[in-house]
Amino acid sequence: MNNIISHIFNVEFIGVILRLSTPLLFAAMGNVVSDRAGVTNIGMEGSMTLAAFSGVAISAYSGSAWLGAAGAVAVSILFSCFLGYLNLYLKTNIIMAGIALNTFAASFTVFLLYMLTGQKANSAALASKQLPGIRIPVIDKIPVLNEILSGHNVLVYVSLLSIAAVYFLLNRTRLGMHIRAVGENETAASSVGIRTKRVKMAALGISGLISGLGGVYMSMGYLSMFSNGMIAGRGWIGIAASAMGRAKVIPTTISAFLFGIFDSVSNEMQLGNISAELIMTLPYFAVMAGMIIYSVKRTKKEQKNA
Amino acid sequence: MESKKVLELFGIEKIYANGVAANKEINIAFEKNEIHAIVGENGAGKTTLMKMIFGLEEPTKGKILLNGEEISFKSPLDAAQMGIGMVHQHFMLVPSFTVLENILLGREPANAGILKLQKERENIEALCREYQFELNLDDRVENLNVGNKQKVEILKVLYQKADIIILDEPTAVLTPQETEKLFQQLILLKGMGKTIIFISHKLNEVKQISDRITVLRKGRVISTHITAEVEAEQISELMIGRRVTYSYEDLRQKTSGEAVLSVEHMTYRNKDGKEALKDIDFKVKAGEIVGVVGVEGNGQTELVDALFGYKRITSGSILLNGTDISKMNIKSRRRLGLSYIPEDRMVQGSAADGNIRENVISSFYSAPEISGRVFMKNQSVQKVTDELIERFDILCNGAESKISSLSGGNIQKVVFARESYMSGKLMIAEQPTRGVDVGSASLIHKALLKLRNEGTAILMFSADLSEAQAVCDKILVLYSGEIAAELYEPGRITEKEIGLYMLGLKHQDKKASGGNEDER
Repeated sequence: MNNIISHIFNVEFIGVILRLSTPLLFAAMGNVVSDRAGVTNIGMEGSMTLAAFSGVAISAYSGSAWLGAAGAVAVSILFSCFLGYLNLYLKTNIIMAGIALNTFAASFTVFLLYMLTGQKANSAALASKQLPGIRIPVIDKIPVLNEILSGHNVLVYVSLLSIAAVYFLLNRTRLGMHIRAVGENETAASSVGIRTKRVKMAALGISGLISGLGGVYMSMGYLSMFSNGMIAGRGWIGIAASAMGRAKVIPTTISAFLFGIFDSVSNEMQLGNISAELIMTLPYFAVMAGMIIYSVKRTKKEQKNA
Repeated sequence: MESKKVLELFGIEKIYANGVAANKEINIAFEKNEIHAIVGENGAGKTTLMKMIFGLEEPTKGKILLNGEEISFKSPLDAAQMGIGMVHQHFMLVPSFTVLENILLGREPANAGILKLQKERENIEALCREYQFELNLDDRVENLNVGNKQKVEILKVLYQKADIIILDEPTAVLTPQETEKLFQQLILLKGMGKTIIFISHKLNEVKQISDRITVLRKGRVISTHITAEVEAEQISELMIGRRVTYSYEDLRQKTSGEAVLSVEHMTYRNKDGKEALKDIDFKVKAGEIVGVVGVEGNGQTELVDALFGYKRITSGSILLNGTDISKMNIKSRRRLGLSYIPEDRMVQGSAADGNIRENVISSFYSAPEISGRVFMKNQSVQKVTDELIERFDILCNGAESKISSLSGGNIQKVVFARESYMSGKLMIAEQPTRGVDVGSASLIHKALLKLRNEGTAILMFSADLSEAQAVCDKILVLYSGEIAAELYEPGRITEKEIGLYMLGLKHQDKKASGGNEDER
């Protein structure tokens, strides 16, 4: 037990949190954009899975990590827009469409993996590339901080930048203003000539872009291969984080990090003598608890206001 | 005088795809510098007419001239570009946006996609000064009161350089003080060369604010008048016209009982803080049908919701046979003998995909005679259903017929059969004959009277005055959330007189109506 505590209260542990929060942050920011437009990107788990796989496959065959990442993000964007097409233009129930797309992504990646490698578990047989780590010039010279902040994978920094980018998009750009208007009062938006379906599609595309980076990070940053089930509910946690943060950038960021901390703690605690399977449920339990506490609070507040 | 006609409608006709003619033979000319009121009852075709002017609907026939040129709008945006703006009854605002953002939404100044909203601030501030709007452009719309939200809407329309402004029931959501302010603003706008089309059914307001009045009835223009030259009474007569009359005097048996429902000092404040019902006080006795009439939006819906239990009242009490039910849920209220025929028989009144048997027992499915501890007593259910089908003469292929396969009148009979089966103490019937043919209506009237003669207290909400006069023992007229009049022997009162109360042109003194009660 002491062993675990010493692991957790450790400078390196903050780095672990950063690394494990990165995919959640991408997923959460992706969802903020689509949620604000009034469509939950329910296919997020699937788009992250496809992105993780595509990145590995494309980088292995092209020999370029960056090309792999770009291809993966493109796949993720297309996948999210396809969900939008099903929901907005063909009027499919978004939950049903999401379930179909998520199960498709989960099994289709395994199918392709088997086709390419003859393996169903992981892509170890593929010579896929990894995106580089970055040492930050000034911070790298400061003793404790360099251990915490420097030397992470490039996407860790991109995920932090995505917070600012999403904030800027929503609050400072015309598209962002339209996204918020459509999400809050669609009839008002269309009454002034905003094409609401297009705006929703754009939001879903951006959501696919950001969450795709989360998928890429998993297979080309955090690990250097694709393995079956590696997204492990991170897309769903991103949706939960955005719901808890009421799709506002700062609260959603906090929620995502909160879930990241639980993920990290469970990671470290697996070294102890408590059953690993039980410990691994911790982040998911945290999500459930978080959702319940949040919902109860909100209901109370609404009752007060009514 | 030179011609200052801005917008002219010639022979406009609108027939919807389902064959319903919403408008016919519409000829109106709107002029510059005028406030032109369009009045008419619910369903008279006001809304459809406005939708055509604003580009939401296309006329089936006829032409629209704007400044002498024929135009046709494909969408509201076309209309907006031509200088026609509409202030909707339900505001088209984004709550979390500021006033500035709401005004600029859809035409926001930007540089390479990045917003430059402040560029337009001065123009909008100038507009505010010009038209004397006291608004802080940085306030969030969700924090504004209703009156100010409406100002934002008007400002939006002005910013789009509209010369013709349509206001759809603008005072429905306003307090009297806010209404007064709105009127001052409208007069100012008129003076600056705008044309204002004011849709309303509140005649005293129309009389106060408008220059000309056009009356619609059953989709047609009845006449256009210069406001100063007509009395409100004349307008109300033109609005109402002549109706089918019913007579059931021979069916009415003398029954006078104890008060079943007593509503005392009931007040209901809606979530906007507006008092939708103010100090409501009335009784319904056993064996009595009390009618509630009024122009839509004067508290009828709220009164039904409060009595049946959809909404909690703010203060006062509702006594059903002496028990205060104002805090009970709907099931408990029903158990005490309350039954309810809802206004919308398809949405609240029945399950369209269910069959007659399922629908007919849905309000008393747990009654011991048809329900065991775990399972339904299917034979009893069938017996009850067959009995009701026969008693109410429901035209169908037996108890298995789906509700959606029945005609409107027959669906209403199913609802009526269900609600009258458990011998209730009090029945609330909301528009029991809306949209059914005269024959079915008459059957429902007779069934109501039969229930009355058997000692049920009935509260009937009706938009059809002649129906209320023929069926009811007493009529309550609601006007702006208050009981404007309590009228006995309604058959002896003229529609015209009831109309005066409905439109707020006349108001009974509360004490006087109390005295009336004592005389009986």
